[in-house]
Amino acid sequence: MNYFPDEVLEHVFDFLTSHRDRNAVSLVCSLWYRVERFSRQRVFIGNCYAISPEKLITRFPGLKSLTLKGKPHFADFNLVPYDWGGYVQPWIEALAKSRIGLEELRLKRMVVSDDSLELLSRSFANFKTLVLVSCEGFTTDGLAAIAANCRFLRELDLQENEIDDHSGHWLSCFPDSCTSLTSLNFACLKGEINLASLERLVARSPNLRSLRLNRAVPLETLQKILMRAPLLVDLGTGSYVHDPDSETYNKLKTTILKCKSIRNLSGFLEVAPRCLPAIFPICLNLTSLNLSYAAGIHGSELIKLIRHCAKLQRLWILDCIGDKGLEVVASTCNELQELRVFPSDPFGVGHDAVTENGLVAISIGCPKLHSLLYFCQQMTNAALITVARNCPNFIRFRLCILDPTRPDPVTMKPLDDGFGAIVQSCKLLRRLSLSGLLTDQVFLYIGMYAEQLEMLSVAFAGDSDKGMLYVLNGCKKLRKLEIRDCPFGNMALLSDVGKYETMRSLWMSSCEVTLWGCKTLAKVMPRLNVEIINEHDQMEICAEDGQRVEKMYLYRTLVGPRKDAPEFVWNL
Amino acid sequence: MSPLLLTADEGEQSNGSSSPTVDCISQNGSGLKERNYMGLSDCSSVDCSAVSSLSEEKKNNLNLKSTELRLGLPGSPERTPELCLLNTGKLDEKPLFPLTPSKEGICSLLQKHVVSGNKRGFSDTIDGFSEVKGCVHTAGNSMIHATSDSQPPQSVGQGKFPGNSGMNVGPSSMSYGARSHILEFSGKILQEDPCATNGTSNNHKTASKNNSSSLAPKAQVVGWPPIRSFRKNSLATTPKNSPSAHFVKVSMDGAPYQRKVDLRTYSTYQELSTALEKMFSCFTIGQCGSQGALGREMLSERKLRDLLHGSDYVLTYEDKDGDWMLVGDVPWVMFFESCKRLKIMRGSDAIGLAPRAMEKTSKRI
Repeated sequence: MNYFPDEVLEHVFDFLTSHRDRNAVSLVCSLWYRVERFSRQRVFIGNCYAISPEKLITRFPGLKSLTLKGKPHFADFNLVPYDWGGYVQPWIEALAKSRIGLEELRLKRMVVSDDSLELLSRSFANFKTLVLVSCEGFTTDGLAAIAANCRFLRELDLQENEIDDHSGHWLSCFPDSCTSLTSLNFACLKGEINLASLERLVARSPNLRSLRLNRAVPLETLQKILMRAPLLVDLGTGSYVHDPDSETYNKLKTTILKCKSIRNLSGFLEVAPRCLPAIFPICLNLTSLNLSYAAGIHGSELIKLIRHCAKLQRLWILDCIGDKGLEVVASTCNELQELRVFPSDPFGVGHDAVTENGLVAISIGCPKLHSLLYFCQQMTNAALITVARNCPNFIRFRLCILDPTRPDPVTMKPLDDGFGAIVQSCKLLRRLSLSGLLTDQVFLYIGMYAEQLEMLSVAFAGDSDKGMLYVLNGCKKLRKLEIRDCPFGNMALLSDVGKYETMRSLWMSSCEVTLWGCKTLAKVMPRLNVEIINEHDQMEICAEDGQRVEKMYLYRTLVGPRKDAPEFVWNL
Repeated sequence: MSPLLLTADEGEQSNGSSSPTVDCISQNGSGLKERNYMGLSDCSSVDCSAVSSLSEEKKNNLNLKSTELRLGLPGSPERTPELCLLNTGKLDEKPLFPLTPSKEGICSLLQKHVVSGNKRGFSDTIDGFSEVKGCVHTAGNSMIHATSDSQPPQSVGQGKFPGNSGMNVGPSSMSYGARSHILEFSGKILQEDPCATNGTSNNHKTASKNNSSSLAPKAQVVGWPPIRSFRKNSLATTPKNSPSAHFVKVSMDGAPYQRKVDLRTYSTYQELSTALEKMFSCFTIGQCGSQGALGREMLSERKLRDLLHGSDYVLTYEDKDGDWMLVGDVPWVMFFESCKRLKIMRGSDAIGLAPRAMEKTSKRI
């Protein structure tokens, strides 16, 4: 390869699209490293504290697309205090100062301020794509800045963010000259929207292929929008409520018939089930359906809808569909690859909830299933074993039994064997979440069989340090491990300290790890940041080393302890 | 890495078993990549050659175990032999793993590790650690029970930990682990979960780590179930179109009392009328027969049906506007949403409602 000029190498590298491949390539030799870094345009940083923006910019001067993740995953479930960190401001500042021509920014679980958005919108002339997932800290004023200043904006995608909604004014900030939009998703906004602005915006965006509306957009507007954008591929309805006898509804029915390209459907944040028949004609073409926010559609109506969706590959739904409904899914949607069943009533007794029977039915009818997120009332070993046999292709398997330590209700045994069957059968499993009554045994199985496992989430499981040790020793590809309320202590933590440098991060909360254990680890491994989150002022600086640590988050990093940690976060 | 665990500044409390443990530490602390976590070839030797006090303790504890009230989790005394079972590939025989390739997988795994038998077995490191811990940790910690089996597991148990309880649990895994651990663990849950009821008291269920599922008001643990707060908040604020149960009163002319039905349990008019027939048959016939009950009931229902068909009775409902309508005209879902109560009217009274509709209704029911 030394005989090839750099351009040839670069051209070859262009064919490598995955980050891992490109990372691997850069390790071959210094020549390849050099060629790779100058030609690299897309960079993914799974932990924004693992590296500094300056180093990133130095290494990849040609950067165009950046993906950053901030807070640990358990922040989604309120386990991380509000101002823990994960600020995007330093990144945008550094990028703005440099000569990087940033075009795409994708953020997950980060704190984004209006100032950051304003700076972003003014600093990069060619900025095209902004995707914010589970972020917080900004308002619609920040969105207004993006709308007003990014002249070539193509994608504005807001997913499940906590946004302070000041008004619908931001939509009007898109200048009349902005005609480049391909994707607009503001479903998570809680406030009102200027409907006329929205209609005009859609009208002047001929390339719009993905549009997800929020609750404030009524059915009349939806109809008008669809008239203007019959080429939509991805539609998220807003409020889907109307009188089915009205002319508006009839108009909608006719309009929808023209929308033959819709493949993804979501929304129904408010819904009158009697209006659902209007969408039946497009159901046949759907490959993705997300009804997980459609609490207004009940089991029987859901079932009726799903019977039309024979080509579904992805289905997100609420558990009010029930086991019977899942049987219908199993018989109708044989192409199904991804299923997520969310609880509609997380703290209730759950009459309508799903059980192991629904999952077994799915496994029989949908052999291509590879991704699962399943919230249920109960699960049995027998069911899991059956599922493992029927669906050996799982890449992601996340099971959440609402009562976190519930045993197999038939045998009253732990669910070790069931999960053991899953990891044994699904050789490509990359992500696993456990729940139910579990002993150390399940971790032994995971360590033995889950060779491709990269992410493991554990709660209320195990009996002793052995459990954690099995996993650390056995899962060679483990990158993220998050544990809560398990009896794992210092011995497990300290047994193989080098392992943590091969991983992105480790989270342990409400376990048996003590301050001494964390301090020891931090002392020995300088390239790890070992952070203790201490919320209740129970610990002082000279706390006893033997005291248990409530929340510990450690991650590998090249830049040492972070400087933006709040008072309650200690970096040891 | 060995200084890591021999840290003199921690103020060791030696309990007499120093040299074998030092050995163990140095081997383990170097962060060797290869782990014999199944404790294979060395497993049996561990039992024999382990520090004698420890194995004695194990045996004693085994006896102790058998007399104790077990809270159900598979106890660790069984675990030790289980590890050795893995040795001999007994795992193959477990019927729950019918996938045959696993057998080869396990065997090759076993062989691989047998070959590299120089490395210390996993179980060795456990034992070593348990004793080390006893040496190293201080700060008023109770002596690690790995070394003191005179301390019955119960004493480690419920409620608050002795302030610095970090290391109670892990190293005791081999012998005391399961049971004492359950108590400690549930004690911890008791501490931090204000809604928790007594997590350790339990019935025949094998679980006692946390509140059992039989407790009706589920203790709300922070961050459980793991749903994004955005989603949780959205579902909380979304008004559902219909309440979870839609009970309506059903009255019948001439009946001494009314009934209530949950419309949500029906999805067609047929189901509703069948149910109502069952409910009200005793009124029209006059007796809810006791002898030959089934035959009688069927007779009664048939009679009621005949009565209805003979337009002696009609089923009507009061809608949201307060008007009395004949049941059966509109689609079920529409009826479901607008129905406030039902009434079984005498045919003669219903004539005013819709004469021709009555025939339609009688045919339908």
